Amino acid sequence: MTQLPAQSKKKLGLVIDLDTCVGCHGCVTSCKGWNTQNYGEPLSDIDAYGADPSGTFLNRVFSYEVEAPNKPAQTVHFPKSCLHCEDAPCVTVCPTGASYKREEDGIVLVNEDRCMGCGLCAWACPYGARELDFMSGIMKKCTLCVDRIYNENIPEEDRVPACVRTCPSNARHFGDLGDPDSDVSKLVAERGGIDLMPEQGTKPVNKYLPPRLKDTLDSAPPKPLESVSEEPKGWLGWLDRALEALPGSNGKAEDK
Amino acid sequence: MTRPEKIQINTSPPVSDEIRKTTCYMCACRCGINVHMKGGEVVYIEGNRDHPVNKGVLCGKGSSGLMQHLAPSRLRAPLKRVGPRGAGEFEKISWDEAYDIAAGWLAPIREKDPKRLAFFTGRDQSQSFTSWWAQAFGTPNYAAHGGFCSVNMAAGGIYTMGGAFWEFGQPDWDRTRMFVLFGVAEDHDSNPIKMGIGKVKANGGKIVGVNPIRSGYNAVADEWVGITPGTDGLFILSLIHELFRSGKVDLDYLRRYTNAGFLVDEDPQSPQQGLFLRDKDGKPLVIDQATGKAVAFDKPGALANLAASKKTGKITHRTVFQLMAERYLSDEYAPEAVAERCGLTPTRIRNLAAEFARVAFEEEIVLDRPWTDWKGEKHDKMIGRPISFHAMRGISAHSNGFQTARALHVLQILLGSVEVPGGFRFKPPYPKPPEAHPKPHAGAQPGKPLDGPHLGYPLGPEHLLMDEDGTPKRIDKAFSWENPLSAHGLMHMVISNAHAGDPYKIDTLFMYMANMAWNSTMNTSEVIRMLTDKDENGDYVIPHIIYSDAYSSETVAYADLILPDTTYLERHDCISLLDRPICEAEAAADSIRWPVVEPDRDVRGFQTALIQLGAKLGLPGMVNEDGTAKYADYADYIQNHERRPGVGPLAGWRGTDGDKSGRGEPNPNQLEKYIENGGFWIGHIPEEAQFYKPWNKAYQDWAVEIGLFDAPAPYVFNLYVEPLRKMQLAAEGQGDIQPPDHLRERIKRTMDPLPIWYEPFEDTNVDVNEFPVHALTQRPMHMYHSWGTQNAWLRQITGKNYLYLPTKIWESGGFKEGDYARVTSAHGSIVVPVALHAALNEHTVWTWNAIGKRKGAWALDEDAPEATEGFLLNHLIHELQPPKGDGMRWANSDPVTGQAAWFDLRVKIEKADPKPAESQPSLPPIKSPVGKGPKNVARKI
Amino acid sequence: MHPAPSVIIFTSLSGLGFGLFAWLGLGIPDVYGWSSFAVFFIAYALSVGGLLASVFHLANKKNVIYSFSQWRTSWLSREGVMAVITLLTFAPFAIGRIFLGIDLAIFGYVGSILALITVFVTSMIYTQLKAVPRWNMPLTPVLFLLYAVSGGALMTGEQRVAGFLIAILTLVQIAAWVLGDARFTGSGTDKGSATGLGGLGKVRVFESAHTSRNYILDEMVHVIGRRHATKLRTIAALTIGLFPVVLLLMLPVGHVTSLTALASHIVGVFISRWLFFAEAEHVVGLYYSRG
Repeated sequence: MTQLPAQSKKKLGLVIDLDTCVGCHGCVTSCKGWNTQNYGEPLSDIDAYGADPSGTFLNRVFSYEVEAPNKPAQTVHFPKSCLHCEDAPCVTVCPTGASYKREEDGIVLVNEDRCMGCGLCAWACPYGARELDFMSGIMKKCTLCVDRIYNENIPEEDRVPACVRTCPSNARHFGDLGDPDSDVSKLVAERGGIDLMPEQGTKPVNKYLPPRLKDTLDSAPPKPLESVSEEPKGWLGWLDRALEALPGSNGKAEDK
Repeated sequence: MTRPEKIQINTSPPVSDEIRKTTCYMCACRCGINVHMKGGEVVYIEGNRDHPVNKGVLCGKGSSGLMQHLAPSRLRAPLKRVGPRGAGEFEKISWDEAYDIAAGWLAPIREKDPKRLAFFTGRDQSQSFTSWWAQAFGTPNYAAHGGFCSVNMAAGGIYTMGGAFWEFGQPDWDRTRMFVLFGVAEDHDSNPIKMGIGKVKANGGKIVGVNPIRSGYNAVADEWVGITPGTDGLFILSLIHELFRSGKVDLDYLRRYTNAGFLVDEDPQSPQQGLFLRDKDGKPLVIDQATGKAVAFDKPGALANLAASKKTGKITHRTVFQLMAERYLSDEYAPEAVAERCGLTPTRIRNLAAEFARVAFEEEIVLDRPWTDWKGEKHDKMIGRPISFHAMRGISAHSNGFQTARALHVLQILLGSVEVPGGFRFKPPYPKPPEAHPKPHAGAQPGKPLDGPHLGYPLGPEHLLMDEDGTPKRIDKAFSWENPLSAHGLMHMVISNAHAGDPYKIDTLFMYMANMAWNSTMNTSEVIRMLTDKDENGDYVIPHIIYSDAYSSETVAYADLILPDTTYLERHDCISLLDRPICEAEAAADSIRWPVVEPDRDVRGFQTALIQLGAKLGLPGMVNEDGTAKYADYADYIQNHERRPGVGPLAGWRGTDGDKSGRGEPNPNQLEKYIENGGFWIGHIPEEAQFYKPWNKAYQDWAVEIGLFDAPAPYVFNLYVEPLRKMQLAAEGQGDIQPPDHLRERIKRTMDPLPIWYEPFEDTNVDVNEFPVHALTQRPMHMYHSWGTQNAWLRQITGKNYLYLPTKIWESGGFKEGDYARVTSAHGSIVVPVALHAALNEHTVWTWNAIGKRKGAWALDEDAPEATEGFLLNHLIHELQPPKGDGMRWANSDPVTGQAAWFDLRVKIEKADPKPAESQPSLPPIKSPVGKGPKNVARKI
Repeated sequence: MHPAPSVIIFTSLSGLGFGLFAWLGLGIPDVYGWSSFAVFFIAYALSVGGLLASVFHLANKKNVIYSFSQWRTSWLSREGVMAVITLLTFAPFAIGRIFLGIDLAIFGYVGSILALITVFVTSMIYTQLKAVPRWNMPLTPVLFLLYAVSGGALMTGEQRVAGFLIAILTLVQIAAWVLGDARFTGSGTDKGSATGLGGLGKVRVFESAHTSRNYILDEMVHVIGRRHATKLRTIAALTIGLFPVVLLLMLPVGHVTSLTALASHIVGVFISRWLFFAEAEHVVGLYYSRG
């Protein structure tokens, strides 16, 4: 049933650090690899080696530029996957009951045995988080690796989404955003984590940590370096004095 | 209807039948990977958490390895060319026939004139093995791809401090407070840098990116220094000016651990002018701070007085440090003087210098860790300067790259941040000064092995490789006066020199994993012509070409014989301490690849093919006394070969019982032990030996114990590089080995023993008003060093490339979305799609390299976007500079090392109207020897 | 949004069909026997045909049966349910008129209301989508209902009524275009809020996440040229509205007039429905568009 749970017990989700993501696409392809072999139908690639390839990915990394007056332009890598919204419009629009949000952890999933591939959920999602697989006709989306995070067949430390496990720059964090004491919640509080498109009213669980303030060296300069001397001769004098002042310079190297 | 809470999903499905741990090869990082197997097939690849390189993480390439392994472009069997070169027409043959053909060409060469074989490998990681093979064959013409990659950085680092970045060392990621990245965008040391950046950020440290392009790592840099290409050296020398001016240099570090206190012969009449004053044992002299006496630099208890001088007659000989002060305090290097040329402001340079000094000296780290130095002095603390640097091809691939790399290494040393906590740290087997490296050899004799290793570090003109008449001994002219310190050879010159018969003609060109007919060469169209050119008799000018590759790359079509390699999951490899190992600053480590699946095609690992071909040729070391093959395959070699008694390709589990590390006799079960341990071996460095490695007694002893050296080899850093001065002296007319006259001035100017900056050659050889724009390339992070275009996943991410234009050029040229531009250099012209990039130096354009593919290559559709829209900048770059006034053409290389000066390129840009149907030039298709890939892919096992 | 033929045909035909039903249920035209068969045949053909067309939009048709299950939350499910209920409700009414010659008026009245509800529910499939601001406004259901009742009136031969309704429809359609044009900007969603980077400065795409196509681009990032759209709007306004209105209100009542007007109107309906999709900008486009 596509009614949203009034309140999920947990709010499992991702925190993505835009200050740290270098845009390597590690999360993109490790997601593709895991989810091709696991949950539901494989993520297909149409015309894989042809003129017009088109495949299903559940996570993609964009690159944006931000321009502000009197500052160099900034580049921001921007990974995007399902945000597991609390008020997920993709769930309520689903006519078949395939789309649902789990009460126990808030993960939004597609029950592939019900999906008829109408695409309305993808239309309802403002984030482009759902992609209809062209080969299976099933709507695919991030499962938050629901088949990893509880999986007793893999070591406990690996029970995180594939994208989080693989991220080389530690730009992706996984946890319970419903628990204010969780590491992810603290990170969000500390770094001023934000929602994407808050005006859409979806209440995303995933949060984004904005880039830290950059290129401040000129506006907040360090203490300037002062010359030790204006004259070359004076510079040698400084060198003499500085060397004398070093420990062990009076033949006492051994007893310092 | 089922309520959602009732939907049963299996949250604990079995993941795989088995995990096989091996080493990634999607680039040269060599991360550990867990290969998940189901029903004997590879299903999923993730990082190995125990592995020292990547500690579990994996990048976009590594995580796509499966599609590389399954690529339809994999070659399937040995091939013999049947059509004309370049047509792509081949006949499948057996391995026996392939070896017969190869031996039919190679055996007579070896018998008569071994140098007529040119053997060059590209991005492979078995250079200690391939060089050993080439040495046994006896040809002097061997190198890998370092010459067109980053030899300036490597050589600059070795000559200055016994190591550079990447495999040589790494920042102290856990402690550094400021990480400064020069000229590295997406590439090199990829996962360790990403992990390091994550750590620095998590620890609240700052990242400074010096790069004309703000992408990749520079996107996350807290301070972006959008420098103009080719001016990094000038910028660094200006920072050095600021540090000297303000006295913000680590004097104690400099007097103890560098040649700052060495006295330099300043007698203008002396044939030794500019060399160090030495004692009778040949040891450089310093003035002891305490006694004022001139003593050998390594005398226990003596500390060099940097401010001292020594008089002989009327001549005053000063220290290196004073010569540096004299040079760098000059107004020539003041921020005001250089800022505009660097595309920066004086304020920015001053602020950066101040910030570097603040972090180094005010955020000093003190570790309570006693250690003993090489002179026996005990220290109770380790003092750290928490600023660390990393640089790569961006500053290296210029004709002033060697001196720029030198300047950067000197900057780190002046700040006292090398081999200290928070700074830059070496990884075993480095540090290793130039003296500890071999000298280059080229003594070829019919039927004999070469007289020594091909590549090395010359310490003076006497180590250059030329005949009596000055003719270079090597086909690439490495170690000749044109580029004396070409420590990695000059792969980019091989084909053009072989074609021109300069310095001599060759018979067989043998290449591995180097796409020389496409993106791995300058001047692509012309190189294609050289490979297919015929002489007056109708024979190919380069008579025979053997090529080994795992995939149907563009170069395959230009070879006469193809030896098909395996994918990285089907092969044995060793990432050896003898080569480019995977060590960490606190550990020695090496690793293997092993066939986690057997190939389903008639292919063999290239190294195995080389072993078998070597045995067929009867090469020394590859056959037993009775002439039978000594090693069945590469795995056999890895386990049983000994380079020196007890030292072999792998350091772990040596000895017949497998209980020895580093040194020990071969162990027949060594590979099994590696496999059991996840594919790698690691030997930790004792805590007291983890810093100050070049001068740390405990480190030196440990290095001897595990077989890195045979005796302790402490040394000091070379702020002043004497071998460079020796080359200059020769150019000034001293000594017997003299450069040709036309090179004298250039050698005098560019081989300065202290870092200098000069204009990149292209800036002085072409009209900079006509060609006002710098053009650069870089590889995308998800394709760096890999062959990503055939990868069904990665090609969807980047299947075509744009030339990125800065706002200023975009607007002044009236460019719009979807436009094409004509890009013209002094050498050629291309027409390509453009896009806007605001975070870009305003004099610079750039593109992703090697996205463009030849039609018919890589098993892609001929209409693939890679082949229709994708393009190469290589067409614009010549291996020679345009003719000068005197008609001479200089190599488009660094004059010191011969590194290809890719990034000197200057162009002009104009809107292409009307826009072409495809990017230009559009070369005709080649016939695919492997057909085309499947239409759709959805593989779940 | 991608103007897929299946959804254009679905909404156009089923709208006309249920619009016709709405009139039939009121006994307009008040016919029995074969005449009745003809009008009910047209109404059923249009509405069922439309529904069948919508099935072609499904990528995994075998699960279509489940689409009736989620009427509590899903407008699309409600649409299916309402359509079936409406069609079933009209069955006794139609059978009575065609075969029995009786007027089971209560089924007709209820059916008419249900038919209008069905059209409303169809419109809500689109109206509900906040991610498509152009659709997400109260005028969308009004427009759908007006299309249905005016097209229906035209088919029933109520020439003057149809002419009057079509005149209103045309004005509302023009209003919807004009108001719709401001919806995206008015939604408050822009590149800044989409990326959360708006506070730092002006955000633009440097590199898309993929140079190849994908479902999102195919389905939701359809870009139509402004000049092209204006031309099509003009043609649509003329064919749905102006031309039929002139015919219907100025000319004497007659089959030829009605049929000519109907033909023009239907062409217009398809064009305007094509525009309805093609011009609708999904906010996900903000992540991709370089502008």
